[in-house]
Amino acid sequence: MSISTNQALRFARQYKLQWEPTQNAYVLLYPEGLVKLTESAGEILKRIDGNATAHDIISRLEASYPGADLQQDVLDFLEHAYDKGWITNA
Amino acid sequence: MTKAGSPMPDAPHFPPSADSAPGPLWVNAEITYKCPLHCVFCYNPLNYASTFDKELTTDQWLKALREARELGAVQLGISGGEPLMRDDIEVIIAEASKMGYYVNLLTSGIGLTEERIAAFKAGGLDQIQLSFQDSTKQLNDFLSSTKTFDLKLKVARLIKQYDYPMVLNVVLHRLNIDHIGQILQMAESMQADHVELANSQYYAWAFKNREYLMPSRGQLERAETVCNDFRERLGNKMKLYFVVPDYYSERPKACMNGWGSVFLNIAPDGMALPCHEARMLPGLTFPNVRDHDIRTIWQDSQAFNAYRGNSWMPEPCRSCDEKEKDFGGCRCQAFMLTGDATNADPVCNKSPHHSLITHQVALAQVLRAPDDDVRPLIIFRDDRNSRNLSQE
Ligand code: SF4
Ligand code: SF4
Repeated sequence: MSISTNQALRFARQYKLQWEPTQNAYVLLYPEGLVKLTESAGEILKRIDGNATAHDIISRLEASYPGADLQQDVLDFLEHAYDKGWITNA
Repeated sequence: MTKAGSPMPDAPHFPPSADSAPGPLWVNAEITYKCPLHCVFCYNPLNYASTFDKELTTDQWLKALREARELGAVQLGISGGEPLMRDDIEVIIAEASKMGYYVNLLTSGIGLTEERIAAFKAGGLDQIQLSFQDSTKQLNDFLSSTKTFDLKLKVARLIKQYDYPMVLNVVLHRLNIDHIGQILQMAESMQADHVELANSQYYAWAFKNREYLMPSRGQLERAETVCNDFRERLGNKMKLYFVVPDYYSERPKACMNGWGSVFLNIAPDGMALPCHEARMLPGLTFPNVRDHDIRTIWQDSQAFNAYRGNSWMPEPCRSCDEKEKDFGGCRCQAFMLTGDATNADPVCNKSPHHSLITHQVALAQVLRAPDDDVRPLIIFRDDRNSRNLSQE
């Protein structure tokens, strides 16, 4: 399945994003497991708030990292997160 | 309820952590060994009853959890015994959740009232795992020695009502595996989201009862076929995990993702252990969370360093190119079966002791179907048997 760029995204039930100072990284927590996120994955996922669409997330990231063409990478990652069941349509 | 069928948590979910991790990522709090059930496969230590008068207080639990959290622990399992036997888990759940833990409760459901589940929800409990012994009331009651089946159905409804996913664990073994179709039907009618059907692993009480619990190859194959049919029919609606006994494989499990790598188990009496079963291993002095902080326990104690990394390994593991993958298997299984905890887990077919496993598997093919007359031979996990066995 694929996500649409103008629909709001949220974390799937039971998934929680959290900053872990000891790991110096964002981690995604779910029942009996966790994923330590790379810096860019953390930057993307922390912008998911139940209101922002994929499109919003891309433009906010591009505002924070001016000059970078992030569109495709961000979409690919969101797609991946969606397929993994981490995020879903709000 | 101890995590059904898998004393070993699903370690593959965790990113591998370096030998030098400052602390555990996952804490399992065995809050009490008291339990109204008497499961024949229980992996609480045989002498569990000796901890009854030495349980940690609420404050001692919170102190240990805080220390582990400061070192980076994020997953917390609250198990037992039956954790609901303690009346302070509401406080422990709420405080642990505030500390930033992802909190999982592992329960048989006995003692879970609406009042309690509402308090857990308000306190931030993230997940509940419910365990069943079987789907037929009769066998369920036999296997757990109590009349608990109807009660669990009620509990399953409460779990849904409070918007938790229905996570169901059923421990499989020779006596119930042929009921797997009914078990899955029950799971479907309870609208289970995840179902883990794991064969009991042979530790503690299950080791005592191993001959009565190990299914035959034919039983496993039939069960797997039934599982596959359900998977095909239900697709993503119900996620289904089927785990065969490790005795049937030729490589050991990557036990605990490595000793002292991610997992810390705290027993009801405060003993800190690298795995639920480690208490049985000779030559190790396990520290107690009453006497030491988690940092000292994790980083400096002899017990947590004993099998960390791979420098302790003799052959065949030492020169094996798979040692980073399975860490030589389970230390407790190596000790129970070969008498030496440093040996390769005999499940591995490179182990010179592998015939201990194949012999047991061969036995499981010829043993007659269990019926009423084997039941008196099964040793139930109860306080009297525990006291007797601890004198052995
Ligand atoms: S008796 Fe059964 S329910 Fe109780 S702790 Fe053991 S396995 Fe869990
Ligand atoms: S020899 Fe040891 S390290 Fe190699 S596969 Fe067997 S148990 Fe694992």
